[in-house]
Amino acid sequence: MSYTLFILLLPLISFLVIGVVDMDIPKTGKVWSHKAAGLIGTASLGIVTILSYYTAFEYFFCTPRLADGTLPTLVPFNATWLPLGNLHFDLGILLDPISVMMLIVISTVSLMVHIYSFGYMHGETGFQRYYAYLSLFTMSMLGLVLATNIFQMYLFWELVGVSSYLLIGFYYTTAPAIAASKKAFIVTRFADMFFLVGILIFGYYTQSFNFSFAGTVEYADGATHFIACNPETALIKNAAMTVLPISLVLMFIGGAGKSAMFPLHIWLPDAMEGPTPVSALIHAATMVVAGVFQIARMFPIWIDYAPQSLSIVVVVGAFTAFYAAAVACAQSDIKRVLAFSTISQIAFMMVALGVCLPGHGEHANHASLGYMASMFHLFTHAMFKACLFLGAGCLIHAVHSNEMSMMGGMRKYMPITHWTFLISCLAIAGIPFFSGFSSKDEIISACFQYSPICGWWMTGVAAMTAFYMFRLYYGIFWGTENKEHHEHHTPHEAPWTMTLPLVVLSVITVGVGIFTTLGGFLNWDWASFGSIVTATGTQYTIHFDAKIAATSTIIALISIGLATWIFKGEKQPIADKMYAAAPRLHRWAYKRFYMDEVYQFITHKIIFARISKPIAWFDRHVIDATFDLMAWCTHKTSNLIKGVQSGNVQKYALWFFGGIIVLFLIMYFTC
Amino acid sequence: MISIELLLLVSAVMLFAGIYGFLTRKSTLAILLSIELMLNSADINFAVFNRMVYPNGHEGVFFAIFAIAIAAAESAIAIAIMINIYRQLKSISADKLTKMKW
Amino acid sequence: MNFLSIFVLIPLLMLLGLWVARNLNQVRGVMVAGSTALLALAVYLVFAFLEAREADKVSEMLFTASFNWFPALNIKYSVGVDGISVAMLLLSAIIVFTGTFASWQLKPLTKEYFLWFTLLSMGVFGFFISVDLFAMFMFYEIALIPMYLLIGIWGSGKKEYSAMKLTLMLMGGSAFLMCGIFGIYYGTGAATMNIVDIANHANGAVPFSNHSLENLWFVFTFTGFGVLGAMFPFHTWSPDGHASAPTAVSMLHAGVLMKLGGYGCFRIAMYLMPEAANELGWIFLCLTGISVVYGAFSACVQTDLKYINAYSSVSHCGLVLFAILMMNQVAATGAILQMLSHGLMTALFFALIGMIYGRTHTRDVRELSGLMKIMPFLAVCYVIAGLANLGLPGLSGFVAEMTIFVGSFSNVGNFYTMWTIIACTSIVITAVYILRLVGKILYGVCENEHHKLLTDATWDERFSVVCLILCVAGLGLTPWWMSDLIGTGTQPIIDVINSAKEFLYVPF
Repeated sequence: MSYTLFILLLPLISFLVIGVVDMDIPKTGKVWSHKAAGLIGTASLGIVTILSYYTAFEYFFCTPRLADGTLPTLVPFNATWLPLGNLHFDLGILLDPISVMMLIVISTVSLMVHIYSFGYMHGETGFQRYYAYLSLFTMSMLGLVLATNIFQMYLFWELVGVSSYLLIGFYYTTAPAIAASKKAFIVTRFADMFFLVGILIFGYYTQSFNFSFAGTVEYADGATHFIACNPETALIKNAAMTVLPISLVLMFIGGAGKSAMFPLHIWLPDAMEGPTPVSALIHAATMVVAGVFQIARMFPIWIDYAPQSLSIVVVVGAFTAFYAAAVACAQSDIKRVLAFSTISQIAFMMVALGVCLPGHGEHANHASLGYMASMFHLFTHAMFKACLFLGAGCLIHAVHSNEMSMMGGMRKYMPITHWTFLISCLAIAGIPFFSGFSSKDEIISACFQYSPICGWWMTGVAAMTAFYMFRLYYGIFWGTENKEHHEHHTPHEAPWTMTLPLVVLSVITVGVGIFTTLGGFLNWDWASFGSIVTATGTQYTIHFDAKIAATSTIIALISIGLATWIFKGEKQPIADKMYAAAPRLHRWAYKRFYMDEVYQFITHKIIFARISKPIAWFDRHVIDATFDLMAWCTHKTSNLIKGVQSGNVQKYALWFFGGIIVLFLIMYFTC
Repeated sequence: MISIELLLLVSAVMLFAGIYGFLTRKSTLAILLSIELMLNSADINFAVFNRMVYPNGHEGVFFAIFAIAIAAAESAIAIAIMINIYRQLKSISADKLTKMKW
Repeated sequence: MNFLSIFVLIPLLMLLGLWVARNLNQVRGVMVAGSTALLALAVYLVFAFLEAREADKVSEMLFTASFNWFPALNIKYSVGVDGISVAMLLLSAIIVFTGTFASWQLKPLTKEYFLWFTLLSMGVFGFFISVDLFAMFMFYEIALIPMYLLIGIWGSGKKEYSAMKLTLMLMGGSAFLMCGIFGIYYGTGAATMNIVDIANHANGAVPFSNHSLENLWFVFTFTGFGVLGAMFPFHTWSPDGHASAPTAVSMLHAGVLMKLGGYGCFRIAMYLMPEAANELGWIFLCLTGISVVYGAFSACVQTDLKYINAYSSVSHCGLVLFAILMMNQVAATGAILQMLSHGLMTALFFALIGMIYGRTHTRDVRELSGLMKIMPFLAVCYVIAGLANLGLPGLSGFVAEMTIFVGSFSNVGNFYTMWTIIACTSIVITAVYILRLVGKILYGVCENEHHKLLTDATWDERFSVVCLILCVAGLGLTPWWMSDLIGTGTQPIIDVINSAKEFLYVPF
């Protein structure tokens, strides 16, 4: 399967071509460069998508399963990139269930975004640059999921960070975009530092940067030396047992930064300053789930060597899910609502990974239900959240504003956007027969297995999710219409390049939803996500716990009903009353509980003003001054004694004669 | 016959007059004059010792003649420099000549 | 004659050519011809070295030659190269080549400028080919002195002050160094100034009769080179000197001359006095660790573009010495990679800053904004340089930093682990000041009416910048061959240093 190499190479080549070649034909304006850049980017991504689907097909259906029922881990390509003494930094391609699944997610969403951007970015200056960045991002993200070792993951991790930085700052002439891009990069970089230290610890103690696998590793040819890391053969075995949890937690901090977990979430809402398709691709569907993917990747080590530390993931995830949902209820910018919703949903995935317990024998899969649920939610969330963001893009395209107050009653103007948006909202709310239901339900079941508190907590957050999503939905498509604004500029449905991706993504959402929901209730193993991705690699058929499914569905319906009651009408007396009743709470939630201000304080008032400034001052006024003082002393001393060397011959003569007389007297009295 | 001491006294007086002048005068011309005085006192010494101590030789006198010739050349150069300085700075006082100093 | 000497001969011929050159075109012709020849020779040397290394895996130095220069003191003109010097020679040739194009439009006194510039590069090349202590020292001095005139005459800002400060501090360093060198010469009693012979003297037994004196000479030598390598607290010449220096001089100085420090520390101080290095290394490790973080924090609040880059150099060069002091092979290889990487990307940075300054006539961050719209080429290159600086994978910085961190981390002991983690924080702080800079001067809307009329880079500037970017990306994308090349050079030195492990001292 060495053709998988092209999955990485094609976007790289198209990045270089689009990025470097000037595609303008003189005197024709930017028309040609736009078409050429967009077509090259989309075409190469189309091929990548085909390759990915083919890879998935071949991997899941044509590769024979091993004797124990697990899918093999394939390494079609692996080469040492940088030798590091005993260790080595490899670049390669690794295919296993989760990486192949991610391949599908990334290539699908990325292709949709490429097509969508034709319409959305039409006529923008920097169109070519935009497609170059998209290709760079796609390459990096694919490299991240196909990584054969943790260091390669880190390499592409940094690259996605940079492409995210470049894309957030795409509108580089506007101040918020500049600030947001900077913030996103620095916050994730800060988290990456922990990731790096974690990798260093991991590499040093296990003597390998490779992942550990539940299944068997098969590589393409005997020449590539791919050995899965085995903590048992660690350099200092006893140390490894105590040190591995530390290293994993450090890596988790890195993942929390990328996946916007509290308190490192602050960059994601601001990242919405980038073009909307970018938000859909990077800040909803793919890059932000890198943290989840990283934990899933290291999962065999987590579960065997640091199961207690997983509770950190649970606590962080559960709190983040609640926090982000609470904030999302009070935002008025539609992209901010979606951003906080993304944070909350990723936290769901994190929690799902955290609630896994080390199981034994036949119970292993059951105990690690969360792993499967998390990956499943990653998949479904990527689809419906991308759809939501792209829909938001259509709305912004139509009304030229992100504010909910500028919208209202949009269902009349934009039917396709309306229906796809509604489908995705139902999916995220967890209504049966929509994909979100199947995955979220599994997460909540896993949480209940872990502890009832956790289960109820997450059910509560799911209810909040349904509430704020429908608040958003009614605010945009129903509610008070901003007639003044609409008369001035009548909204219209987006062109087909923009609506097509919406339709495709919502079809996936509904299709997956119908099959998995039916499959879950009727125990169809072929329609079960567990047949491809599970913690131990063996097949596992999802069947819903009817109690939990019913509870969560009813709660979701109640929340939706509540939102309908409050926000559907032209006038919203209840909502106004609620704001009036708790103005401070609303203000706090609207201001995101002042987390940004806390960071602002730490960076500007403490790091800049209390560390950097004093150091710079110290450098100029103490260290530099010491050397200047030495020079000054030399200067002064020579000034003092330079009078002797006056250049006045008469003075020299006086000294000369004086000397002669002294010498004469000495000789006279001594001889 | 005048005694050698008296002759040497003349030369010593000239020498010290020259030294005194060299150390105290401000005008470079006066300093040059003082130097000439010292040189001439040395010439007198040469002549005196030749005449009084070695009456048969002429080396001292020759030395004196050489010294006079050199002194003449030297004064010519010195005065030329002074004229040039005067043209540049409108002064030949030794105190004022600080333009080339550090 | 040994072909390594051509590295010194070409600059000599260039000097001759410049002397007889009549007009600007002839001057440029001589410079381009000479620097191209040097670059070609350096590239040829890489391949010749790899081939020779394949044939001869035993000798430390290849292409050696020796010429008796001053027999009374056993001073010889001995040349020879190993993997490290080959890499450094290549770096120097690239910087000289691109530096020539970066100062294409320099005025006035172009001919005199290039004369000094060539003399400086002769010193640099001579230093890297020499294996004789005295010859090294001599070339080192040759490289230092022209700096004074280059900054003092063609510089900007308070150039006299900076030139004087830089020269005096570096001269102070070389005074230490000279004491150290004579200390080594007399201390070993080997009756030779040849580095390899000294190291092999007495078959690896302690070559110094007096251990406490050895410690003293180690401190002298390391400090002497450390001044040039911008080690805390002897780095203050760097911000002022770089800020005032003309573009190509900054490039050559930060790109190559600062590397003389790291190279010397490794090749002379550590290699010849392994016992002292083991015993006293921790002191310098603390100092360089401080440099790394301190430089980065200082860069955060500077307002002059060149000051930012100079402090960033303090941080990155600190990392070079830091890695050397980790005393293991991976870290040492990383140190040399970092020298290459830092040399290339700092040269790129200074070239770009010079080009921007040449247009806007200000380097004050607060007065610049929105340059991306006005000079897109320079701005994009600036972003690339910035990303290389903060360690973007695919560009050289990442490779070097990762090698250093992995190497440093493999040292057992809390002391080393602590400092490695502290050094890791610098990658975050680097991101802070680079992004602050990019956001401030390149992004946004240009507010200065005068700046809106400026033009983008000319062909010579583009050529110079593109060459450097290609080198940065080349090193970043294909690090394995450079790492292998350097590894052959660091291995014997590290072996010698590790042979004195019984003297190792760490505080905790």
